[in-house]
Amino acid sequence: MFNWIQHFADWLIYSVFHIDAETHLGIALNFFVYDTLKILILLFIIVFLMGIVNAYLPIEKLKDYLNRKKLYGLEYFFASLFGAITPFCSCSSVPLFIGFVQGGIPLGVTFAFLITSPLVNEVAIAMFIGMFGIKATVIYVASGVLLGTIGGWLLGKLNLEPLLSEWVKKILDNKMQQGEYEEEKLSFQQRLPGITRGAWDIVKGVLLYVIIGIAIGAAMHGYVPENFFGTYLGGGQWWTVPLAVVVAVPMYANAAGIVPVIQVFVAKGVPLGTAIAFMMATVGLSIPEATLLKKVMSLKMIAIYFGVVTFFIILSGFLFNVLL
Amino acid sequence: MTQIKVLGPGCPKCKTTYANVIEALKQSNIEANVEKVEDIEEMMKYNVLSTPVLVIDEVIKIKGRVAQVNEIVELLNK
Repeated sequence: MFNWIQHFADWLIYSVFHIDAETHLGIALNFFVYDTLKILILLFIIVFLMGIVNAYLPIEKLKDYLNRKKLYGLEYFFASLFGAITPFCSCSSVPLFIGFVQGGIPLGVTFAFLITSPLVNEVAIAMFIGMFGIKATVIYVASGVLLGTIGGWLLGKLNLEPLLSEWVKKILDNKMQQGEYEEEKLSFQQRLPGITRGAWDIVKGVLLYVIIGIAIGAAMHGYVPENFFGTYLGGGQWWTVPLAVVVAVPMYANAAGIVPVIQVFVAKGVPLGTAIAFMMATVGLSIPEATLLKKVMSLKMIAIYFGVVTFFIILSGFLFNVLL
Repeated sequence: MTQIKVLGPGCPKCKTTYANVIEALKQSNIEANVEKVEDIEEMMKYNVLSTPVLVIDEVIKIKGRVAQVNEIVELLNK
């Protein structure tokens, strides 16, 4: 499917710019051109497809579904799954949180959504397909949804309601019975321009991160020796997983920028499980997110939330290293 | 006078929406009170799940995405 991009990259670097295919520079530039084009095309396709899904399953409808249906314990799984299919915007996480608990959705179910939403999103999926292939992507998505389900369930069991901010508790006391969500009646043709523009906006928004990420990746690819991390950073040692995760939690990086760098880590000897755990911790938890959540919950509750999620990310890292 | 509110906790998308509103007002020569609502508690009174949100005369017009200039002009001329 992407052969033509490779031909184009070869032609551009080796024939047009006359850079020798045997040099580090030639390899790095070729890799950069190929990856950038491939990722941007994939990104647009995936974001566009997700845009179609979202046009028909907007967040209000999903919330309504969680509210009305008796799901017999499956609500954690559904909330986590819904978190995966809705586009993530960090600035929406607080309104979402409030909107969910206000509508009477249990705290644990809300957490299931909140955990998966940044972890599995259209940009991360597109980057994963492009960089690691379909199999790794399926594993990443499945484990992200599972992590949200279990994490949300556990957080729900901990009865954290007393740790919410005062004003949020007040909201909980007088839950509003909201009217059913009214769907906009638009035909596919009418929706298409909006979906396309939305997809284009997202791709434009992450373009810079993609280019920077791939540039760093390409540079490392050409210059870092084979199995560098395996040799010098204790590649497969058990403690590398918790270390990678703990380092990554406070950091925030866009999935678009982090995946190309991780891909090189893996190519140079870091086990895939460790790399996935690092990625999950980077995109899923961060200081900026904690700052936003401070408005709706106490520091203690944020610490518990981060602690539980960190624990499960480390666990899944170990699991991948065994399975993959 | 028309009351326009842009709800959003200050993310780039919310800022773009605000800028688009200003631009739309300029293009359509309509005068309006434009307010940026960044306080979460205030925002939640509108019962929204995703930001940014464009509110015209207390009615939610567009939510969860950036409102384009031409869209806003159209909404204002209604």
